[in-house]
Amino acid sequence: MKARYLIPFGIFMAIMAIFVLGLHKMSEDPNFARNVPSVLIGKPAPEIMLPDLFDQSKTVNTSSLMGKVWVLNVWATWCPECWREHDFLMHLAKKEGVTFFGIDWRDDESAAKKFLNDKGNPFVAVGFDPESRSIMNWGVYGAPETFVIDKQGIVRWKKAGAMTRELWETELKPLIQKLEKG
Amino acid sequence: MRRAWLLLILCLPLLAYANIEAYRFDDPDKEARYRVLIAELRCLVCQNQNLADSNAELAQDLRRQTYEMVQKGSSSEEVITYMVQRYGDFVLYRPPFRPSTALLWAGPFIIFVIGVGILMLFIRRRNKEPVVPLSSEEHARAQSLLDKDNT
Repeated sequence: MKARYLIPFGIFMAIMAIFVLGLHKMSEDPNFARNVPSVLIGKPAPEIMLPDLFDQSKTVNTSSLMGKVWVLNVWATWCPECWREHDFLMHLAKKEGVTFFGIDWRDDESAAKKFLNDKGNPFVAVGFDPESRSIMNWGVYGAPETFVIDKQGIVRWKKAGAMTRELWETELKPLIQKLEKG
Repeated sequence: MRRAWLLLILCLPLLAYANIEAYRFDDPDKEARYRVLIAELRCLVCQNQNLADSNAELAQDLRRQTYEMVQKGSSSEEVITYMVQRYGDFVLYRPPFRPSTALLWAGPFIIFVIGVGILMLFIRRRNKEPVVPLSSEEHARAQSLLDKDNT
C-alpha cells in the first residue's frame, strides 16, 4: 500500500531523466535545439543579386551556376565557426573541386576582404549582404550556413553550423556525387 | 548633501534609453498592424523572443522588412506568408494546425482529459469503499460530544 505514494515520485524522476538527457544532447551538439528545418529543400533556389565584395560597382549572381552542382556558404568575419571551417572549405574547393558561392553577411567590408586575402578564397564569387536582403530569401538565421543546389537549381540540402570532415564524408560528399550523376 | 545625492540618483534612469529603431508610418492603421506582426513573429536567433523584443541583428533586419512591406501596403497575411515561405512555421508564435503540429495544439487538452479521468477514478473508488458502522463505544462518545454542545 505504501508503494502507491512512490508513484508521483517515480513520475517526477522520469521527467527529470528526460530533462537531463535533453540537456546532455544539447551540450554535445550546439545546433541540436537551434536547427530550424529549412522549408527550401526541394524548392528552386532563390535568386541572388548582390554587390561583389571585391568591387561593389559590380554585381554577382548565380545564373552562371545553372546546370552545375554548387554550394552556397553564408559566412562573416564576426562568426567564429566561419574561421574554424575556412581551411576545410579551402581544401574542398582546391582538392575536391567543390564550387562554392559565398555570401558575406552583415560584415565589415575591409575585414572580409582581408580575411579572404590572408586565408585564401574558396569562393567562385562572393556577394556582400550587409542588410540581410539576400540571406532572408534563403531563410538564413545564423552563420555559417551551407546549402547544396543541384543542376536544375533546386535546393537539396542545408546545414546550420560549421562544415566538418565528418559531415563532408557522411553527408555532403555522397550527395554531391549523386547529384553530379543526375 | 543627501538631496544632492538623491537628485543624482534620480537622474540615473535617464542613462537607460531604448535603442530600437523608430519607424514612421503614414497611417496609424499600418503602425498598429506592424506592432501586431512583430509581436507574433519569432526571432530565429534568440528563439524565445519575438521580433519586437529581440535586439539581434537579424531581428532588426526582419523588423525592417516587415516595416517596408507594411508601409508599401502589404496585408498582414502577405507579410506572414513572406516569412513562412522563408523561415517555415517556426517563425510563427501561433503555429497553424497541421498534422505535424497536432500534438502541440491538442497536447494540453489530452493531458487535461487524462487528469480528469484519473480524478474521476479516484472519486469513484472512494465512493465504493464500505461505510464502517460505528461501534457502541464511538456512539457513546459522539453522544457525549453532542450533549456538551447543547448545554
